[in-house]
Amino acid sequence: MVRLTNRHFKFDWITIILFFLLVGFGWLNILSASQTGTDINYFDFSQPFGKQLIFIFLTFGLIILLLAIDAKFYERFASIIYFISMLSLVGLFLFGKNVNGATSWYAIGGLTIQPSEFAKFATALAVAKHISDINTNINSIKDQLQTFVIILIPAILVLLQNDTGSTIVYGAFFFVLYREGLPKYYLTIGVGMIIISIVSLKFGAIIASIATLILVLGFHFISKKRLRVYQSLFIVLAAIAISFGVKFFYQSILKPHQQDRISLWLRLEKDPQKLEQMKRTFAYNLNESEKAISSGGFSGKGFMEGTRTTGKFVPEQHTDYIFSTVGEEWGFLGSAFVVIVFVLLLLRILHLAELQKSQFSRVYGYGVASIIFVHFFINIGMVMGLIPTIGIPLPLFSYGGSGLWAFTILIFIFIKLDSNRINEW
Amino acid sequence: MRQLLLFISIIAVGLLFLSRLFYLQIYDANNYSIFEDNAIRKVYDYPKRGFVYDRKGQLLVANQPSYDVMIIPREVKPLDTLEFCSLLKINKEQFVKKYNRANHYSPRLPSVFVSHLSKEDYAVLQEKMRKYEGFYIQKRSLRHYQTTIGANVLGDIGEVNNANIRKDPYYKMGDLIGKQGIEASYEKTLRGKKGIKFIQKDRFNRNIGPYKAGKFDTIPEQGKDITITIDAELQAYGELLMKNKRGGIIAIEPSSGEILAMVAAPTYDPNILVGRDRSKNFTKLYNDSIAKPLFNRSLQGVYEPGSPFKLMNALIALQEGVITPEETITCYGGYKYGNSFMKCHCNRGTRNNMIGGIQRSCNTYFATTYRRILDKTGNASEGIDIWSKHAQSFGLGQFLNNDLYVGQKGRIPDRNYYKSIYPSTFYSTYTISNAIGQGEVATTPIQLANMIAAIANRGYYYTPHIIKHIEGETLPEQFTKPKYTTINKAHFEPVIEGMLQVYKKGTAASLQVKDIDICGKTGTVENFAIIDSVKTQLTDHSIFVAFAPKENPKIAIAVFVENGYWGSRFAGKVASLMIEKHIKGYITRHDLEEWLLKHSLENEYAKPYSGKPFKINGHTTLQIVDDQEYKQLKKELNRIKKTEN
Repeated sequence: MVRLTNRHFKFDWITIILFFLLVGFGWLNILSASQTGTDINYFDFSQPFGKQLIFIFLTFGLIILLLAIDAKFYERFASIIYFISMLSLVGLFLFGKNVNGATSWYAIGGLTIQPSEFAKFATALAVAKHISDINTNINSIKDQLQTFVIILIPAILVLLQNDTGSTIVYGAFFFVLYREGLPKYYLTIGVGMIIISIVSLKFGAIIASIATLILVLGFHFISKKRLRVYQSLFIVLAAIAISFGVKFFYQSILKPHQQDRISLWLRLEKDPQKLEQMKRTFAYNLNESEKAISSGGFSGKGFMEGTRTTGKFVPEQHTDYIFSTVGEEWGFLGSAFVVIVFVLLLLRILHLAELQKSQFSRVYGYGVASIIFVHFFINIGMVMGLIPTIGIPLPLFSYGGSGLWAFTILIFIFIKLDSNRINEW
Repeated sequence: MRQLLLFISIIAVGLLFLSRLFYLQIYDANNYSIFEDNAIRKVYDYPKRGFVYDRKGQLLVANQPSYDVMIIPREVKPLDTLEFCSLLKINKEQFVKKYNRANHYSPRLPSVFVSHLSKEDYAVLQEKMRKYEGFYIQKRSLRHYQTTIGANVLGDIGEVNNANIRKDPYYKMGDLIGKQGIEASYEKTLRGKKGIKFIQKDRFNRNIGPYKAGKFDTIPEQGKDITITIDAELQAYGELLMKNKRGGIIAIEPSSGEILAMVAAPTYDPNILVGRDRSKNFTKLYNDSIAKPLFNRSLQGVYEPGSPFKLMNALIALQEGVITPEETITCYGGYKYGNSFMKCHCNRGTRNNMIGGIQRSCNTYFATTYRRILDKTGNASEGIDIWSKHAQSFGLGQFLNNDLYVGQKGRIPDRNYYKSIYPSTFYSTYTISNAIGQGEVATTPIQLANMIAAIANRGYYYTPHIIKHIEGETLPEQFTKPKYTTINKAHFEPVIEGMLQVYKKGTAASLQVKDIDICGKTGTVENFAIIDSVKTQLTDHSIFVAFAPKENPKIAIAVFVENGYWGSRFAGKVASLMIEKHIKGYITRHDLEEWLLKHSLENEYAKPYSGKPFKINGHTTLQIVDDQEYKQLKKELNRIKKTEN
């Protein structure tokens, strides 16, 4: 164990090393994706790679600050941090700057700040604080609802700012709540709804309904753990409602561009000409990023050698699509490396979280792992065409100061909490 | 248990991503090639195609610029089609059709949209080209023939097809490649190597500079000029003589194997296969299944050689020692074997020695010698293999392995060949037709000319070839090293003497040319066609082989005139004139020239297709060409003569 007795080195260095590996490798890729010519001035602060370099340097100060603060501070001030964070989200409706259709930015001088990034750790702190409260029992409906409210407030606020991607991230707290004892039927219902929705969209509502009916009937008669008849009936009726409801939701409530994304993902469009049309328009990014990754082959084209990266074929490549640069220039080796480092980081945090003696620290650690996991899953899944296009950054990797700092805070608060474990008796 | 959900999710997603990466980057990724990368624009720089000169240095083939409008369908942006179509002189439907065809081939690779713009159209279009995204003009070089002759020799170039592209990735859609003749056989020499510039594009398809600062760019390598062995004047003369006839002439210089003339009749003007009309004209030539102008009769026409093959049998007989030049064989107007009888033109009781036998083309004499060769060891099976081996040493019955694009093996049978027809017993009489060059023996005109060259050289030949010189290269050994036949040098003299007598007092006595000792041999070959599934005999082919002069031969020639009847009637005249033209440079036998220009065999060729019964050989009348055409031919003749000086 990398855990020295000296109090200055009691932090979990594995996590810290993995963190810097990702930040450093991320910057190299941002450099490649945003460089414009052969003559590169690394400190050209008008360019994303130059700005990101400043953000990274500032991160060191931030880390020292975070580790210097007393661990108890975070638990004690969790509510206040949450409150301030929510205020900053509300403030966006008044002072926010609209970028690409989302009103999620404050512009202060030349600097833009995205409060929704910071709301994630604030919410994680608030949830941890609430659940670890001695009076909270996650099995009571009342406490469940309270917890949901804490999560839903920021989720709804960012949804109203047209930042759908960030809203979905709050779904990550399901993992936390489930770990802390949320009843199992939430999981069953959640997974069931997702499966029924996908089947209904792909094969039609009637087939989805019939399939559920058959499954429930089978379960009803074969399983030893029989459900009551009215329970089974309720499940079937609910499934039918969802089957038809999701069609309605898809056709009437989703915006056309969201419909298109889902249609492409589920291969609902069969007409090759329309598909080609899709590839040229909204699926252009996805198509180009898949091609870029694929063109990397086993060992990649080499750092700064990616022709698609150099030609800026993938829009937003230094932000949400940064992983396609990794794929093109570093090939399978580099991409697998990134995936593995992320997995190791997540598992490490998860492992540390389970070691925590205070419930607050454990819940918070779980929150950290869940939030990073959802980002990781959605972002890389999207870039490789496994899930529909949802615009959220790859933690520690994508260009952007707010994102980098928010994740730094998220992770280093946990490292600080973890370092304090020994004192928590 | 509850701890496991996130743990398992993380592991599962990690594995899912790794397998997806494996699929995208290793399983599904075709090896990355800069040529496949649509982020890199490839701009080709086409080199000059090599010029072609004849043996006297006359320029035959040069180049002319041509402009193709190319399209990359996926880069096409909405455009003013009306204006664009009018600039290209096409209509909207054609535009849509061409677009769809290009898109079907590949949306991201360039294909030809409109080929061979005229210079005027190009000038106008060039100004406006930048308005039409996805289209560009590719300059190429087309052939510019300085002559109207030698279509079968020179060949032509045309757009590559998909098979070419698959076979050699050097070629891209719209590139030109040699299709026939020397353009095809010397494609790599003539074409040079195109240069390529790699240009990095951005996603708006703008050029953002050379890829890797031009590290991979290459400059074009010019095509090499070549000199061919053909004498353009002799070739033109030969083609003129063969007007209104079908067949081939091959003239070889025995001392080098260089092909002086290679006529295939009917032929066409090579200029018609250049530019926009190429495909239309090519289809016309290709679909002419009767005259077959694209069929190179002098290289691909496999005929029974007839009497000229008797020379071969004479040589083999001498080499095998089954006859001496002096020994005489009496002819009774034919040769009786078993219950069969092979007729001969000799008077009953003529006694022929070898010279006489060749001079009179006596069937009896050669039937006897052929049987003696086969029966020498008492076993005809062994005998025919020995006979076959000797004949093959003259390059008969196999590919000559030369630098001509097409060719045929012909056929010299051996025992193995007859295995299926005569599985057990085999007697020399079974194949007696081979004695007089009919039956199973078959040769192409070039093989026959080569055989005569070997006789002229008294025992060796150089592989007949068409390349004389390539800029900065030496010819391969294959063309400069003599190939020896299995016949001793001494045995050639009596045969050559016989050939000389053919001219002096034999079957070609009427074709003598003053001051030149020509050695020749006529041939008259029966032939058949299947007409309405009935095997029907047609008028005999007229064949003639010769070399001259007798000492230090300068030319060996084989002439085939389809359905020309007897050997000296058409082929012999052509051969004599060609020899005189080559050796003297001018013609004294104007009578022969006139006769050939004036007479046509077109009516003969029309017979099998007339659907009516017809007569052959002695029962035919010759067709005289009409005045107007005759005048035209005379004019052509004068034009050739003018260049003599």
